[in-house]
Amino acid sequence: MSRLRPIAVIARFVLLEARRSGLPWLAVACIAASVGVALFLSQVALTETREFQAAAAAVLLRFSGAFLIATYVVTSVARETGDRGLELALTLPISRLTYYAGKLAGFACCGALLAMAFAMPLLLWSPPAAVAMWCASLAMETALVAAMALFFSMALSVVPAFAATAGLYLLGRSISAIQAIAAEPLAEKGESALRGAMDAFAVLVPRLDSATRTEWLIYGSATPTDFLAALGGSAIYFAVVVAAGLFDFSRRNL
Amino acid sequence: MSASARPLSSVPRWVALLLAAGFAAQFGWQVLRITPESQTLDLPPAPSAAMLRSASLGEPEFAARIAMLYLQSFDLRGDNAIPYQQLDYGRLVAWLRAIVETDPRSGYALFSAARIYADNPDALKCRAVLEFLRDAFERDPDRLWPWLVHAALVAKHRLRDLPLALRYARAVDQRARDPRAPLWAKQMEIFILEDMNELEAARIMLGGLIASGKVRDPNELQFLQKRLESLERKSERASRPDLPSSISRRTPI
Repeated sequence: MSRLRPIAVIARFVLLEARRSGLPWLAVACIAASVGVALFLSQVALTETREFQAAAAAVLLRFSGAFLIATYVVTSVARETGDRGLELALTLPISRLTYYAGKLAGFACCGALLAMAFAMPLLLWSPPAAVAMWCASLAMETALVAAMALFFSMALSVVPAFAATAGLYLLGRSISAIQAIAAEPLAEKGESALRGAMDAFAVLVPRLDSATRTEWLIYGSATPTDFLAALGGSAIYFAVVVAAGLFDFSRRNL
Repeated sequence: MSASARPLSSVPRWVALLLAAGFAAQFGWQVLRITPESQTLDLPPAPSAAMLRSASLGEPEFAARIAMLYLQSFDLRGDNAIPYQQLDYGRLVAWLRAIVETDPRSGYALFSAARIYADNPDALKCRAVLEFLRDAFERDPDRLWPWLVHAALVAKHRLRDLPLALRYARAVDQRARDPRAPLWAKQMEIFILEDMNELEAARIMLGGLIASGKVRDPNELQFLQKRLESLERKSERASRPDLPSSISRRTPI
């Protein structure tokens, strides 16, 4: 209990900072833009209008959620580093672990709130059960992005930290397709080493293509197994990134 | 203006002039820009489904639909003088195949193929699209049978190619197990055989259908019985040409 309270206090300050930095307005703008684009695309679609709207809005909102949380984490950590806030916080009677956990909890809460807000417009086109699954998966995904951004921004400056976070995220979303290309018949002609290397590399990357799937919304096809597998995969990678971040943060001389 | 901002006079005059000139130049450039003449662009080669999936960043459903809008744009957009009938249908079908492979559950590509691209006076191009529908049907006959029924109707009425229509109708009858498939769709084969003057085969098939007990609706059963009797009369007259021919025409499908 004594350790949880400082974590909760730090997390609360992170949420307060998010509110004051205009993140809620950005989220509203993203929702408006996504719904607008979805409505526009549905006007030019010849068929499957509902599916088109749901898919367009879901894709844009998912990208927006990941982008907003990554940007917010990187800029927040950069600002705190510039203000010497980290050194100040560590002069207080809290451990590095508590500080890191508090920050991460705050960022993850921001991500969860974004996910909930972003799921609301999808109720226009998809059944509530499918939207609830999508929302829970997006909350987990944004928590993972926040953990990646926190890890990189603690170690790197702003631009490299953002680039590394975005790169790992996009790689996680496309690694399955890259593996499929590497496994195509043309690639098999003497390229088995490349294929093996790609498979080995894929082990190190989060499988974000199986999380927060648009097909859940438009075909209502999510099974509990799919859902739990997506959530579980993200949770395992989240634990890895958090452990790596704590490892790095514990060793570093400030 | 917020209280923290300095007065306008603090901005150097040349900066203000540069801003105004920039706006004017931008406005003028956009207004005077000549509308490009309509181009005659054909479809580029289709990407593979793996490429489409890779570019979709894990969103194949959205990528498939955006690719369909891209295909649509080759006919509907203002600056392309090539209507879809004149497109390279080899490439078009390759695009449709890649799109269906990217999101197999979407009906967009099949809808466009059946309702738009098959509507082409060029019989070769129309056949290419019908074959695409036939191949797509093989992937999931229970869900995609309506598109092959449509293909059979196009083959029969537009192409007037009864053997092709029969091939499609036969595939629907043999492969589709969807209980929602109406019997008329599964009976198409019989009517096409009749149109091909294959009266004996049609009679045997219709008799088999009635005897199978699959038809439960009394009106439908009565209709089919009448058709069977009519076929039997036709068959008999065909085998005995000395009899007068007063065969009532059947209702076209």
